[in-house]
Amino acid sequence: MVRVRRLALLAAATLALAACGGGGGAGGGEPGGGGAAVPLEDQTLTISNWDAYTPEGLIEAFEQETGVDVTLTLHTTNEDIVGKIQAAGGKGFDLVFVSGNYLQTLIDQGFVAELDHDLIPNLANLYPEANELGYDPGNRYSVPYTWGTTGICYRSDLVEEEPTSWTVFHDPPEELKGKMTMLGTNPWLLEPALRSLGSSLNTTDPAEIEAATEWTIEAKANLKGFDDTTFYSELVAGNAWLVQAWDGWCNYGIAEDPNIRFVVPEEGSDLWTDTMVVLAASENKEAAHAFIDFVLRPENGKAVAELVYYKVPNRAAMEQLDPALIERFPNLGMSPSELLEQEALRDPGEAISLWTDAAAQIKAA
Amino acid sequence: MRLGRKGARRGRATGTGWPSRALFLGPGLLAWTLLFAAPVGLILVSSFLSRGTFGGIEYRFTLDNFARALDPLYVRVLWSSIRIAALTTGVALLVGYPAAYFIATRPARWRLPLLVLVVLPFWTNLLIRTYAWIVLLNREGLVNRALVGLGLTERPIALLGTRVAIVLGLLYAYLPLMILPLFSAIERLGVAPRQAAADLGASPAGAFLRVTLPLTLPGVMAGCVFVFVPTLGNFIVPDLLGGGKAIMVGNLIQSQFFQARDWPFGAALSISVLAVTVVLLVVQARVLTRERRLAARAA
Repeated sequence: MVRVRRLALLAAATLALAACGGGGGAGGGEPGGGGAAVPLEDQTLTISNWDAYTPEGLIEAFEQETGVDVTLTLHTTNEDIVGKIQAAGGKGFDLVFVSGNYLQTLIDQGFVAELDHDLIPNLANLYPEANELGYDPGNRYSVPYTWGTTGICYRSDLVEEEPTSWTVFHDPPEELKGKMTMLGTNPWLLEPALRSLGSSLNTTDPAEIEAATEWTIEAKANLKGFDDTTFYSELVAGNAWLVQAWDGWCNYGIAEDPNIRFVVPEEGSDLWTDTMVVLAASENKEAAHAFIDFVLRPENGKAVAELVYYKVPNRAAMEQLDPALIERFPNLGMSPSELLEQEALRDPGEAISLWTDAAAQIKAA
Repeated sequence: MRLGRKGARRGRATGTGWPSRALFLGPGLLAWTLLFAAPVGLILVSSFLSRGTFGGIEYRFTLDNFARALDPLYVRVLWSSIRIAALTTGVALLVGYPAAYFIATRPARWRLPLLVLVVLPFWTNLLIRTYAWIVLLNREGLVNRALVGLGLTERPIALLGTRVAIVLGLLYAYLPLMILPLFSAIERLGVAPRQAAADLGASPAGAFLRVTLPLTLPGVMAGCVFVFVPTLGNFIVPDLLGGGKAIMVGNLIQSQFFQARDWPFGAALSISVLAVTVVLLVVQARVLTRERRLAARAA
């Protein structure tokens, strides 16, 4: 019996272990010196990107041209890569892909190196608008890789009336009840509510967040569920008819079923940016800069748009895009000025506890 | 001096001198320290620290995390998780006891193959098995197609995204952990006590309720703990089968570490769950001790 009890205690301990995240907190990233002395072909690069977010052949082409040995590792989410960087004190990666609103954390904690623009002449290929992004004006620390927005992705063959407003989640027509999903993580979880109520997506006002929480709890009754990962395949399968979706992910659905459409609701949406940053602790900064410059070449930016179906902030690349591709995925044709009308996402800082409480409240309701 | 020598001799004779003690205990103790005591210690310490503006941990002592964990919102989530875990455990016991009883009373050559069938699902990753439930329960899934095909419902019904789906998924995931300790308790008991009860005039039901069940109570308790504890902390099943519409405390903790980057609060929630679990285990141990004492007195 004693044995049983000990086993049970161990089982309880496992539970606590399962909930435990990575190691200790952040240490300041020391800039790794001496990189300039090493010739480029003797440098190596460790890059972390999301899965299926690097066009096939891009890394091989870079390796062949420069002689730099590249190791690509994958992260599943922004939280994942930020956690890895914080846990390792900024060491272990030379270059990572991370969303703009998470970048502030990394800059604030000293993990990110300031870029040497002289080493990235292809920055000239970017749209002028891509130099004025709120999380990093002038691209001092980061270079935008892709950008886009969030909207409503739906099956035009099943949904009778084209959705135009975020309020569809709150007041849907009868036939859509139980067939819609919303994104389940912040800040997108509150986006339909905040937009419908006319609040900022970066609000830190408790009253506004509370009102948005109530709105979302009311909307929850109409939903099939909250879904961040399978919503486009659920659309293709017909399990969901109308979902809140990121533009690029909606394109994945369109690729499988041309009846799927994407619309930015009339109340407006967000502007997200995925960026490339060089870590302060990297000892291969020249190679990392060379890689960024390589990605910014028109043909490589074009490959990103064609293979990953995301908009790139690279004017030279977008101008080369096959018009047939834009016809098939209309949201690839959104202009930078249309995108910049949307609200850029920022890190909520201290107010994040209001946001997470809201998420818990919605899910627990 | 004499005493000391005597003690040393005894130690050698039974293999409990300090070198052999260290040899036997060392690896386990090392693993326990590194893999249990140290991480739990880290969590405990973190739960009293503050979150930095952009995540991470700031070394500033605070009780705020625990005050926040006591907010009605979080207490409600914990309470509903306990209810879901208790319901899952109860159903697992109702399903698992007859199954274990059946297997334990088969001829010896059948027991192993039957037990292998019980643990067979463990050969596949839980995540994949849970996705299989999505395929079954979805709107256009197999269950709904069968229901509509048989004319039992006119339209597909919502099976996913309900509490029933969560309990079903958890039950499926942890049922073997109920059956195994029950099987071992029932098998160890053997047929003799049952036969004795029957010879003394007890009906089959009476023999079960007054002999078999009380004597296998430790197995029942073990099975319940093995199912309840991991169920309470599970976050994959509610996430996938609950359609994100319902959360358990495991989801809450997971989201603190990954989405909110609020490690101190996540740590405080973890410690709270650990405390609840320990309290339940103490209660369970008390019940067992009392049971044993009663049995001893009766004997």
